[in-house]
Amino acid sequence: MSAPVAVTRPSLDDLRRTSAEARKLIVQAIHHAGAGHLGGPLSATDLLTALYFDQMTIDPEQPEWAERDRFILSKGHSSIALYVQLALRGYFPVDELKTFDAAQSRLQGHPDMHALPGLEMSTGSLGQGLSPGAGMALGARLRGLSFRTWVMLGDGEIQEGQIWEAAFVAARYRLDNLTAILDYNGLPQFGWPEASGFTREVPIDDPGGKFRAFGWHVIECDGHDHASIREALDAARAFVGQPTCVVAHTIKGKGVSYMEGDFNWHAKVPSDDNLATALAELDAQIAAIDSGNGRPA
Amino acid sequence: MSSATGTTRRIEPLPLAGAEMRPLRDVWGETLVELAAEYPDLVVLDGDLANSTRADIFAAAVPDRFFEMGIAEQNMVGVAAGMATLGFVPWLSTFAAFMANRATDQVRIVVAQPHLNVKMCGGYTGILTGKTGKTHQSVEDIATFRAMPGVVTIAPADAVEMRSAMRAMMEIDGPMYLRVTRDPSPTIFPAGYRFEIGPGVLLREGSEVGLIGTGVQTVRVLEAADLLANEGIAASVLHLPTLKPIDADAIVALAERTGRIVTAEDHSIIGGLGSAVAEVLGERRPTPMRRVGLMDVYGESAPNDYLLEKYGISAGHVARAARELFVAG
Repeated sequence: MSAPVAVTRPSLDDLRRTSAEARKLIVQAIHHAGAGHLGGPLSATDLLTALYFDQMTIDPEQPEWAERDRFILSKGHSSIALYVQLALRGYFPVDELKTFDAAQSRLQGHPDMHALPGLEMSTGSLGQGLSPGAGMALGARLRGLSFRTWVMLGDGEIQEGQIWEAAFVAARYRLDNLTAILDYNGLPQFGWPEASGFTREVPIDDPGGKFRAFGWHVIECDGHDHASIREALDAARAFVGQPTCVVAHTIKGKGVSYMEGDFNWHAKVPSDDNLATALAELDAQIAAIDSGNGRPA
Repeated sequence: MSSATGTTRRIEPLPLAGAEMRPLRDVWGETLVELAAEYPDLVVLDGDLANSTRADIFAAAVPDRFFEMGIAEQNMVGVAAGMATLGFVPWLSTFAAFMANRATDQVRIVVAQPHLNVKMCGGYTGILTGKTGKTHQSVEDIATFRAMPGVVTIAPADAVEMRSAMRAMMEIDGPMYLRVTRDPSPTIFPAGYRFEIGPGVLLREGSEVGLIGTGVQTVRVLEAADLLANEGIAASVLHLPTLKPIDADAIVALAERTGRIVTAEDHSIIGGLGSAVAEVLGERRPTPMRRVGLMDVYGESAPNDYLLEKYGISAGHVARAARELFVAG
């Protein structure tokens, strides 16, 4: 198999438009399935759009191409966000998104690496994705392959100890062909009881500092600003000698006003009215981008 | 005596008296080096126990394919899964207690469910683990791996079988678990014996009781058959080095020929060989049987002879269980 033909990079407006289209598909798919997660997929969507349309060296026509970049969605419960990107990128028909979660679907609730082309690792039990990512990066070095391995982490799952086992080993082997992207949306599923009441504060404070302490290069970015994301991921690809963690500051439920920052939308199914409102908002965002007013405030 | 049915082979074991004694962990380390010469994709990942598991033999001989993962078994399993997606064949070096218990969810999610080609090896299986005690003994590992869909589970009896089993594990793609014991075991298989995944091996033929062993416990089963022969009881000995897939036909055939079955393992009687045999016989040929193994208890640190007696897995215990079946009719 051969390398795909290099293409010019999309404009930032192109990426913004694709992100909004992706969000529409996510909300529609969860509404149609009557189950699934929304808050996390929406917070991850700008980052995933950047990976699939701007950063990764991939070829949907050759999903097994040896030199392809690898992507692992460690926060596997955001699977719909990944499926939407794969569909938009041409790995399978967009219409198949309607089968999400359904019997005999290739779009399993959590990613099954053998079910669908483009999935590199099965995930779902949290905290496990960075380790296979380190294995792929180590294997790439051993094989003399130049591909990059990207792993998206949720900020909740970095409470799992295995994340830090993997962080240590990746730094120990200086896997600079490995990039972790932390979707730092700050809202876990439940949270912590406190004497003064109940809190849903960020589960891990200053994750960048913690990755730095484990020997990683750390870059912070605005995970909803495509200019900021591009700058961070370009820098991550260029960095030599250490693995890089991009701490992307995000908002759970981003893109749909009534879902933003509301933990209730972690895994809630939108009503018909909810859906209509969400699609209208996202269509307005697309119209604003098309008219040249789509830059984030 | 008729010979075994199906694919079960009849092999005459070497005499136990004067048998060569080899620690199977040493054979494991040496065999990895042999296989590495033939299989360029073989790599070894270690959880900082290489000088105990004897992965150090490999590390010295093939340093560029030895990867230290530190004391972090969960990550080690995940790294192995990632390497397996690139066509590498990772062999894991840690104790069975950690392989089967510490990293169980990782094995489930990134090895067993995606059916990746990772060879999971558990050192220090059973209770003869160099006086380490219950934390480092492994009496539930067969149960754990046998319950995972698609995971081949193997327990070789001696040096010859260990070497041959590891070759078979390299030749066939898929997740597998290998039990590796610590202390020296007598070599019972003749040179040239070839292990196959699945089929049992009939080591002795006798019509009155069928003794079934796995792993190094089969040696104690052979000793038990000698004890019974001295009392005029003719025992068959079936060795099942593969716990999964289990050789159900061999078990049923043995039950048909003898009418009495005793299983023996250095593992809990729950979930291991005894359970596997009972599952087969319960469905296909209900037969009076006894299970010899750890009776739903954990072990302790003590000398081997003490442990074999206290936890009821010596040759004498196997023979006693067989005698009970004659009293019970």
